[in-house]
Amino acid sequence: MKILMKGNIALCEGAVAAGIDAYFGYPITPQNEVPAYFSKKMVELNKVFVQAESEIAAANMVLGAAATGKRTMTSTSSPGMSLKQEAISYMAALQLPALIVNVQRGGPGLGNISGSQADYFQAVKGGGHGDYRLIVLAPNSAQEMYEFAYDSFDLAEKYRIPVLILTDGMIGQMMEPVELNKTPKKDFIEKDWALTACKGREPRSIKSLLMRDGVLEKHNINLQEKYKLISQNEVQYETYNTDNAEIIVIAYGISSRIAKSAVKLARQEGIKAGLLRPKTLWPFPSEIIKSLAKDGTKLLVAELSHGQMVEDVRLAVNGKVPVEFIGKAGGGVLSEQDLLNKIKNLK
Amino acid sequence: MQKILSKPESLKDSVMSYCPGCGHGIIHRLVAECIDELNLREKTIAVAPVGCAVFAYDYFNFDVTEAPHGRPPAVATGIKRTNPDKFVFTYQGDGDIAAIGMAETIHAANRGENITTIFVNNANYGMTGGQMAPTTLIGQKTETSPFGRDPKRDGYPIHLCELLSSLEGTAYLERVSIYNPQNIIKAKKAIKKAFQCQIDGKGFSLVEIISNCPVDWGMTPLESIKWTEETFLKEFSLGVIKDKTNV
Amino acid sequence: MPTIKINAEKCKGCELCIKACPKQCISFSSQFNKAGYHWAVLEKEEACIGCGFCYLVCPDVCIEVYK
Repeated sequence: MKILMKGNIALCEGAVAAGIDAYFGYPITPQNEVPAYFSKKMVELNKVFVQAESEIAAANMVLGAAATGKRTMTSTSSPGMSLKQEAISYMAALQLPALIVNVQRGGPGLGNISGSQADYFQAVKGGGHGDYRLIVLAPNSAQEMYEFAYDSFDLAEKYRIPVLILTDGMIGQMMEPVELNKTPKKDFIEKDWALTACKGREPRSIKSLLMRDGVLEKHNINLQEKYKLISQNEVQYETYNTDNAEIIVIAYGISSRIAKSAVKLARQEGIKAGLLRPKTLWPFPSEIIKSLAKDGTKLLVAELSHGQMVEDVRLAVNGKVPVEFIGKAGGGVLSEQDLLNKIKNLK
Repeated sequence: MQKILSKPESLKDSVMSYCPGCGHGIIHRLVAECIDELNLREKTIAVAPVGCAVFAYDYFNFDVTEAPHGRPPAVATGIKRTNPDKFVFTYQGDGDIAAIGMAETIHAANRGENITTIFVNNANYGMTGGQMAPTTLIGQKTETSPFGRDPKRDGYPIHLCELLSSLEGTAYLERVSIYNPQNIIKAKKAIKKAFQCQIDGKGFSLVEIISNCPVDWGMTPLESIKWTEETFLKEFSLGVIKDKTNV
Repeated sequence: MPTIKINAEKCKGCELCIKACPKQCISFSSQFNKAGYHWAVLEKEEACIGCGFCYLVCPDVCIEVYK
């Protein structure tokens, strides 16, 4: 049975089904449904909800709970995400699994509260200080908000890495029917690294200050090996009508929905258009993009920014085919017609 | 003949990286003794700061996590809320707790988080080489107040216990020092009482320990304890600032 | 007879125990330890009363007290 709900609420339902122990957050539009939901739900479940004094504190509370092996998350929107970067860099270094959600809004600065995709660079290139990656998931529907949140904790624990759900104000706020079809998770295996107090074992420490010669270098090499493994195993994407396509639109999140409509309209007009939608922004689906970049094909990247993911697409094709771009930032979404016109111009 | 005093079990048998005569070693030992005496070692998860005590996890013989600079109260909140049966304390210096982490400190205290904070006040940033701290005295020369702290430019020393005492969530606040054996004994009693406060679920407890930093103060260890007694304590008077543990 | 044992290699020669001893029975060794410090030694063994002040003030936890 499908239930009509906002994307932000579907995300919460997914986290609850995944067995979340603790949520720490701070108010910011357009993600306010999330802390409001958990402020009630966690009391009902006898679990933890804390409204923190800042985004910085919320992220560090997540760090603390994650260090003890608990399933924990925080959510925010773009300006708040900048503040969380400190703790995220530490969690990446400390190899702590957790879920962080960025319901993007217009920027830079305080920007506005409409949907945006301008935090792509920050999400996939690290965001905070140091050489690290997060697994970045990009849902494009309320259903996927639910499913990605549900899967994110297993993924985070599998690799001991923070997972970021990069969504936006439109996906978060739109109401759609959602099938809450996941089996609630419980009875998790004990983590052999978590701080659970040293009864019956040697004390453990969780740290990232590695001053002795070569130790930090080795730690970084280990992290990179982990990232390589994730790149090999965890790429997710969706293709639509790409088989014989001459123009392939590449878009994620809210933009991918508009792009799909534009591709359908283009097909009705006899244009061989297709769509590739990355579901993981990191690891990025570079291989499939490379394989789609055949002679005579043109790629068109559509984003709610002035061109961020397009750089990764260009890296993937390495000059083999033209990569065009259409985007806008700070002023709502692209229209189907904008995209269709661009596709026609490329023909 | 019996051994009557020796390294507590809650300290590892490691050489601490502190400078000769630094108060951190004494405070580490007092904390460890209290953990032992209250039988808390196997229940403890501690939070280390950024500052000279950053390597606390190498010295304490129980579970310890690192925290970003100033964030131990938030990290400890995350730990304690999800593990209410565990014993959780933070160990922080003046810059960590009262400058970069002041918001986290005040709000953890105000929420009445059932955690304990050991606050080592040595009137300067020790690890980075002796810069002006929020607790640096008026007129005190440091790396970044070479002509002495001038309140017109630098503001005044922060009295954290007094500041926190107005918050309903704080249950126990005491300021102690460690410049001689008598005060070390008093400091231990205060730490033990603060730990007991957490065990009894009374809320936020903090012990501020007026300590010394011989090298960054440009003094010998003996000069530094003399300066602590004669000058430092003029600004920071010792005693119980707040005690709601019997309420 | 009460006594103390000082771990010469852990001692950093800070002098706090020498100052704290009510019987003035601790002094510096004439030699250096591996870290380059003159460590503290119990010079007047017979004078030690096992009060533990040296243990209390020792920042390096390198003193044991026997009684």
